Amino acid sequence: MSASVSLAELAASALIVLGAGFALIGSWGLVRLPSLMERLHGPTKASTLGLGAMLVGSIVWFQLVKGEWTTHELLVSLFLFITAPVTANMIAKVHLHRLRLGQEPGPAGSPAVPGTGGDWATYESPHEGSPGCFKED
Amino acid sequence: MIEWALGIAFTALGLALAMNLWRLFKGPDVADRILALDTMVINAIGIIVLGGIADGSGTSFEAAMLLALVGFVGTVAYCKFLLRGDIIE
Repeated sequence: MSASVSLAELAASALIVLGAGFALIGSWGLVRLPSLMERLHGPTKASTLGLGAMLVGSIVWFQLVKGEWTTHELLVSLFLFITAPVTANMIAKVHLHRLRLGQEPGPAGSPAVPGTGGDWATYESPHEGSPGCFKED
Repeated sequence: MIEWALGIAFTALGLALAMNLWRLFKGPDVADRILALDTMVINAIGIIVLGGIADGSGTSFEAAMLLALVGFVGTVAYCKFLLRGDIIE
């Protein structure tokens, strides 16, 4: 490493490599894990976190090059951090409903029923007190 | 230094996109394919961000933001269609 490499450039490079590594691990989990419920973990956690690291590295890099702090990257990562759980929830609901319609459960078997005695919330019809209940309107 | 980091990161994201494509073709369920498409959008945003750094222009973040929005809406639309048989009820 030459003496011309500044600390900010080192930090930006480390963040970019780290983020890309996390994104790669997330996609590897998408290929490697046996059932969809497990496969959901890879992209929603590892890939989103890796993209966040890359965006922070980009903020540091543009501070180094242009000498000004930018906030566009923070907007992108904030939006992704908000939407990743929502998409994961929607995909899990699609999976559960298709399983109940008679789809083959796959090598890992059906997902276990939650331990509270009831069924998955997405199967239940709206009852009193749940947000989808409009009986009293 | 940053050139090396960008090279490694572009390679890693390209590999990640290839793995997502494999899952997109393999299936086995429709939900797997939706998940693979969603992950592809995330990795494509990463490539756009890295391209912006390599460019040095700083104008590609609008594209990244738009892709994030469209990817989210697309995933939710696929899921809603499979769940309810309709997208906007």
